[in-house]
Amino acid sequence: MSYIKKPRVHHPGLTKNRLGLTRRDYEGTMSTLCAGCGHDSITAAIIEAFWELEIEPHRVAKTSGIGCSGKTPTYFLQEAHGFNGVHGRMPSITTGAHAANRDLMCIGVSGDGDSLSIGMGQFAHVVRRNVDMLYIIENNGVYGLTKGQFSASADVGSTAKRGQVNREHPIDSVLLALNLGAGFVARSFSGDKEQLVPILKAGLRHRGFALIDIISPCVTFNDHHGSTKSYQYTRDNYNQLVYADFVPPAHEIQASYEAGDVRTVGLHDGSSIRFRKVPGDYDPTDRDAVYGYIRERQRAGEVATGLLYVEEAGEVGEESDFHGIQGTVEEPLVDYPYEELCPGAERLERLQERFR
Amino acid sequence: MTDDSRISPNGGPPPGAVRVNDLAFKIGTVNGTGSASANGLLRRAIFRMGIPVSGKNLFPSNIQGLPTWYEIRANADGHTARTARFDMVVAMNPATYKRDIEEVTTGGWVLHDSSWPLPRDLDRDDVTFLGVPLAKMTVDNFTGSRVRILMKNICYVGALAALLDIDMEIVRGLLKDTFAAKAKLLDANYLAIDLGHDYAREHFDCPLPVRLAPMDGNRDSIVIDGNTAAALGCVYAGATVAAWYPITPSTSLVDAFTLFCHQFRKDPETGRNRFAIIQAEDELAAAGMVIGAGWAGARAFTSTSGAGLSLMSEFIGLAYYAEVPSVFFDVQRVGPSTGMPTRTQQGDIQFVAYASHGDTKHIVIFPANPHECFDFAVKAFDLAERYQTPIFVVSDLDIGMNDWVVPKLEWNDSYRPDRGKVLTAEELEAATGPFHRYLDVDGDGIPARTLPGVHPKGAYLTRGSGHDRYGNYTEDSEPYADVLARVGRKIEGAAPHLPAPEIRVREGAKVALVTIGGCRGAVLEAVDELAERGIEVDYMRIRAFPFHPDVEPFLAAHEVNFVVEQNRDGQLGKLLITETGAAKESLQSILYYGGYPMSCHHVMDGLAEHIDLGADPAVVEPAPKAVATGGVSA
Repeated sequence: MSYIKKPRVHHPGLTKNRLGLTRRDYEGTMSTLCAGCGHDSITAAIIEAFWELEIEPHRVAKTSGIGCSGKTPTYFLQEAHGFNGVHGRMPSITTGAHAANRDLMCIGVSGDGDSLSIGMGQFAHVVRRNVDMLYIIENNGVYGLTKGQFSASADVGSTAKRGQVNREHPIDSVLLALNLGAGFVARSFSGDKEQLVPILKAGLRHRGFALIDIISPCVTFNDHHGSTKSYQYTRDNYNQLVYADFVPPAHEIQASYEAGDVRTVGLHDGSSIRFRKVPGDYDPTDRDAVYGYIRERQRAGEVATGLLYVEEAGEVGEESDFHGIQGTVEEPLVDYPYEELCPGAERLERLQERFR
Repeated sequence: MTDDSRISPNGGPPPGAVRVNDLAFKIGTVNGTGSASANGLLRRAIFRMGIPVSGKNLFPSNIQGLPTWYEIRANADGHTARTARFDMVVAMNPATYKRDIEEVTTGGWVLHDSSWPLPRDLDRDDVTFLGVPLAKMTVDNFTGSRVRILMKNICYVGALAALLDIDMEIVRGLLKDTFAAKAKLLDANYLAIDLGHDYAREHFDCPLPVRLAPMDGNRDSIVIDGNTAAALGCVYAGATVAAWYPITPSTSLVDAFTLFCHQFRKDPETGRNRFAIIQAEDELAAAGMVIGAGWAGARAFTSTSGAGLSLMSEFIGLAYYAEVPSVFFDVQRVGPSTGMPTRTQQGDIQFVAYASHGDTKHIVIFPANPHECFDFAVKAFDLAERYQTPIFVVSDLDIGMNDWVVPKLEWNDSYRPDRGKVLTAEELEAATGPFHRYLDVDGDGIPARTLPGVHPKGAYLTRGSGHDRYGNYTEDSEPYADVLARVGRKIEGAAPHLPAPEIRVREGAKVALVTIGGCRGAVLEAVDELAERGIEVDYMRIRAFPFHPDVEPFLAAHEVNFVVEQNRDGQLGKLLITETGAAKESLQSILYYGGYPMSCHHVMDGLAEHIDLGADPAVVEPAPKAVATGGVSA
């Protein structure tokens, strides 16, 4: 239905957020993806998250690489700048933009091929640098635009549409990000908007790098029996491990550690994540334990989802994100007046004594 | 030239000849032994005597233990390009004794460590051997192996000071500056320098007939390498983001930028950085970061060499087609592949001009020396934002890493960056119609751009995929071609606004020498030498691509244009044939691509294959082929 142009005029009765914007104001152009594509559900969740967070769209920078996922920034936040770059290199573009203007809220949308094959290096290093961004992997285990080759996230034994069996080990972005020191790691499912929206909101508010790997079935090339990234398989083996709510700064809640099944983790901006339900002694702030638990669930054939790991704001220094490591000034570099950047003729004259 | 009737017992020029402030010598050492500071000391002392001087470091791609050379050329006329005619070799590395001794010109000198005898087979009867027991002296006077090794270097500086008549007060002053805070080291250096100096004075007839004398040639000059100068240019241009991956010979550019930023760019109150320097995981990421930062509105650059630029090529095409300002410094080294990473070449000329797939053509500027590295760095950022495109500043290892005497860098405080067509929040707010990113409103091929985070009306999606003039995705023939043609016009339109070629014309010249970048010194020296032989040639140095409108008429005005450059395939020549109306027959290549900086003799030897140069008036007797022509002045 991509030939339909979206109407510019919206119904006057649509609900508005405190900025006076409706959900429609957070939309982009009409999607050109296949009907039923998981990516479109994710786009809808992103729109909902931004609307609920009441973020001015033009404060956002949307970035992506190449592939079906790369197209999606066009479909949300029409009033935000976007950059659809080259394959696997979204992280470096985002890093540069964030370096130049730290006030931009960065959201990068990638895919399993884009992040785990061609862009594996950049993915790893953007985690290390702790660039303040929300990094979404729309994970469908397959290359769609080139018609159905396995990606690096395809499980051993999963089959392609024409029956070939994958025998190479998958790369799991969640385990990888945990290993590389990411401060916010989540896995979700495009078919579970209720779970996804609060995680997106928390990820956007998290200071530093936040990863959400979202199983997003490819209806055309990877939604058959034998695929481990199909709607059916994901629903059958879905384990909502961690139930979490995002609580904005204004809505102060009481931390309740004694209840055992409820835990609150504060974020840098004063907002918090309230874990409603976690299994047994699961501690979403214990990196090693989280890693072990995910591996255990995988061995049991389950896809563990939820906000799996988050570091507490106080746990790491304020200076652990990209600009903290860089020691950059609080103001965005792009806003610095030239006069304060140029040392001037007199200092050049003095400096050159060194070269005589 | 002054006359001196004394017959030198040290060999050298024929009786009666003294040559002042026109000499070159070469110091062969082992890398990792601290000889660089001793050699720098020599070069700086000569500079402070007021004599134009260059220092060329020929170093291996290695950390410790391999041969390395430092060549110093002092020339009152300012000819400080590399020369292959060495009046003296300081042979400190037994592993290279043979080839070092072979390189001394007839009548020259070999200064060597006489603590042990030189092998007999290295003897030459047309040069004079000057033995100084350097190792023995340092063993006798210093303790600790590291100190002895370092002081041996300072010892030969002392001996050379006596032999060449280098002002010892200047040498001592430089040592004092260097070791101001380390009294013990200063004393050791003073002692070492005197040991060498006194030994030479006692055992040889100092100074040699080829010598130095104070003059006033450097009053408005500095000695600086191109990477340092380019880094300063980036600071002065207001660059705030640098992303890079270590690669010889470009690394020192970012090193210098880091140093200057810490000196000049700290917030005085908070001590925080008004810059971000990111060591990327590879050159691809470095390019991506620069493009991301340029897109967001920062002046951003990367510094690399040919191998790195190869990795950046995909991103370069994106920046070209999506029209993102970005600055790329390419400090060329010897290719292809890893090639010879610590040697110099001009092998990237054609590659940079059209880097990336599809129809791409870039604005490239070619500095010839560190002074231009500074000016062109500033220029590059203005051009990048004016034309919304990647700009390449192409130097080479010789320019980037070696010490050049150049006029002082100048700065005009009235300079303000040319940010090009960037719409402000106010302009966007006041606009009545929608903003279209790629619409050529002014008819000059340059559309307006907007920065993220500024205003909702400025939003658009930057993409490397097909797009129309409104910024929308397209796979339709006409809207795609429309944008690509306009981008092409934009780049061509830049040509008159790029640095014009440097042109020098001489009365009666029918042929011309055309060159680029760091070959300048060698070619200008050739122009002078040809004039001495009664042959007039014009001179043009290309400074930018696409070619300035002055280039084509110059080529057309000469029967033959000899294009001097440092690569195998005559890349500049081919580019001139492709991109100007010059007749193919009117261009002849003179090429040297062996990895050392271009010398005058390369130009002369190349010309000799095409035209009769007559006899060299300076040559007293023919020199063997292996040794460069030249010799002593009558």
